[in-house]
Amino acid sequence: MAGETRRVKVKIDQVKKVFDSRNGEVVALNGVDLDIHENEFVTVVGPSGCGKSTLLNIIAGLEKPTSGVVRCDGKEITGTGTERGVVFQQYALFPWLTVKGNVQFGLNLQGIKGKKADEIANKYIKLVDLQDFVNHYPKELSGGMKQRVAIARAYAANPSVLLMDEPFGALDAQTRTQLQEELLHTWDSEQKTCFFITHDVEEAILLGQKVVIMSARPGRIKEVVDVKISYPRNQETRMTQEFLDVKNYVWGQVYQEYLAVRK
Amino acid sequence: MVERIPNGGWLALSLLAALLFWTILSLIPSTSRSFPNIFLVTESIGTMMQRGVFWKDITSSLISVTSGFSIGFILSLPVAIVMAWYKPVRFIIEPWIQFIRNIPPLAYVPLVVISAGVGRTPQIIVITIATFLIMSITIYQGIKNIDPTLIKAAKVLGARDRDIFMKVVAPASLPFIITAIRLGTAVGLTSLIAAESTGAQAGLGMRIRALSNTFESSPMLLYIIIIGIIGLIFERLVKLLERRLTGWQEKRDV
Ligand SMILES: Nc1ncnc2c1ncn2[C@@H]1O[C@H](COP(=O)(O)OP(=O)(O)OP(=O)(O)O)[C@@H](O)[C@H]1O
Ligand SMILES: [Mg+2]
Repeated sequence: MAGETRRVKVKIDQVKKVFDSRNGEVVALNGVDLDIHENEFVTVVGPSGCGKSTLLNIIAGLEKPTSGVVRCDGKEITGTGTERGVVFQQYALFPWLTVKGNVQFGLNLQGIKGKKADEIANKYIKLVDLQDFVNHYPKELSGGMKQRVAIARAYAANPSVLLMDEPFGALDAQTRTQLQEELLHTWDSEQKTCFFITHDVEEAILLGQKVVIMSARPGRIKEVVDVKISYPRNQETRMTQEFLDVKNYVWGQVYQEYLAVRK
Repeated sequence: MVERIPNGGWLALSLLAALLFWTILSLIPSTSRSFPNIFLVTESIGTMMQRGVFWKDITSSLISVTSGFSIGFILSLPVAIVMAWYKPVRFIIEPWIQFIRNIPPLAYVPLVVISAGVGRTPQIIVITIATFLIMSITIYQGIKNIDPTLIKAAKVLGARDRDIFMKVVAPASLPFIITAIRLGTAVGLTSLIAAESTGAQAGLGMRIRALSNTFESSPMLLYIIIIGIIGLIFERLVKLLERRLTGWQEKRDV
C-alpha cells in the first residue's frame, strides 16, 4: 500500500503527559508512539478522558509533553506553528470578525494582505460553500456553517497538518454527514495530513485510512486498524460489508475500553 | 393587544402614568410638601435662572463628572490589563479594589478634602476614585473571562503575544469595556452629591444640599429630575457606542 512508502510527517515518540491537579497527579498519556505519514488521514477513537485531546494539543504545540518527543518533518515541536492547523470542537471563531475576516486571520498574521488575502479567503470560503455569507458575523450562522468557517480558516493558513478535535461532535446527524463528505472532498483536493479525533466509530472508519484506538486512562495506543476501503467514500460506503466488518471489529475493541472505564 | 401598541405609545403611557402618580403625591397633604406639582417645579427653572445658577450648576456638575469619569477610565484600562496579565499584581491589588469599592464615597470625602482642599480638584478626585474602582474591576473580569479557545485558535494561526493582545484580547474585551463605561457613568452621577459636598461653589448636588436648608422643594425636585435626565442621556450615548462597536455580539435580550 502507498501509505507504507510515504514519508513520516509526524512522529510521536514515547510521549508521556502528567497533569498536576488538586486531586494529585493525573497521567493523561503514558508512552504513546505513533507515526503519521504524509497526507495520511488518521482518526482517533477512545473512551472519554483517555487523553485524545491532550495528544492533539501536544502535536499542536499548545501543550508540552512531560517526557518524550513529537517531531514534525523531523523537527522537534516546541510550540505552535503555522504548518499545523487546528479545528476545535467549539468552532472558536472570532465573533467580532466576519466570515471573511475569520478566514483571513491567519493570512494576515503571515503578512499576506489585500488582494492576495482576499483571493485565498474567497477560494476557501467557496470550498466550504459559504460564498453567500462572506460578510456575515458568526452570530448569524448555524453551527454547521460556523464549523465550515473554522475549517476554511484552518485551510486558508495553508498548514500541512490538520488537527481536528471532534469537529463535528456538536452538530446534528444530518449536518455531520454532509460535513464528513465535504471534508473528504477537501482532503482529496488539498492533500494534507489529517489527525481527526472523534467519539463516533463509524465516522472514524468512514474518514480514516487508519483508526487509532486508544485505551482507557492512562492513555496508550491500544491498536491501529488499517481501513482498506478505497476512496472516494460516501454515505453508501457505510452499507458495504467491508465497512461493517471493520466497524464490528473496532467497536468491539473500543467497547472493551469503555468497560474498563466503567470498572 | 399588547403587541399592537408601538414603542412610542408605551413611552407616552409610561410618562402619563408617572405624571399621574406625581400629581397624586402632590395632592396628598402628607407628601405634597416633598412633591410640589409639575407647574411649580417647571416654574422653578425660571427662579433658578434668575438667581443665575441654573446653567452654572449643570455645567459645573457635567465638568466634574466627565473629567472624573475620563481620568477614572484612562486609569482603569492599564490597571485592568495588568491585573489580568500578571497574577501577582492581581493578588495584591484586587482585594483592595473590592474593599474600597464597597465604601460609599461620602465616607472618604473629608479625607480627600484634607489633602486636596476645596474647589474643583476634590470633586474630580472623588468621582475618579469611584469610577476607577468599578471600571477596573469590570474590565479586568471581562478580560479574565475571554474564552481561552479563542486565544488558542489565534496561537495556532501564528499569533504571537502582541498579536494576541491586539487582535484577540482587545476586541474580545470591548463589550466589557462598554459595560464598564455604562457602570462608570452611573457611578459618576451617583457619587456627584458626595463629590460636591467638598465645598463646591456650584453644581447640581451642591445646590440640592443648599436648597434643603431653605426647604425649597420645587427647585430641589427639578434638580433631581435633571440628574435623572443626564443619566438617561449618558445611557443613550453608551447604547449608541455599543451598537457601533459591538454589533457583532450575540444578542442578549434584557
Ligand atoms: N489542564 C488539565 N489539568 C489537569 N488535568 C487535565 C487537564 N487536561 C486534561 N486533563 C486530564 O487528562 C485526562 C485526559 O484528558 P483529555 O481531554 O485529553 O481526554 P479526551 O480523551 O480528549 O476526552 P474526551 O473524549 O472527553 O474529550 C483527563 O483525565 C483529564 O481530566
Ligand atoms: Mg477531548
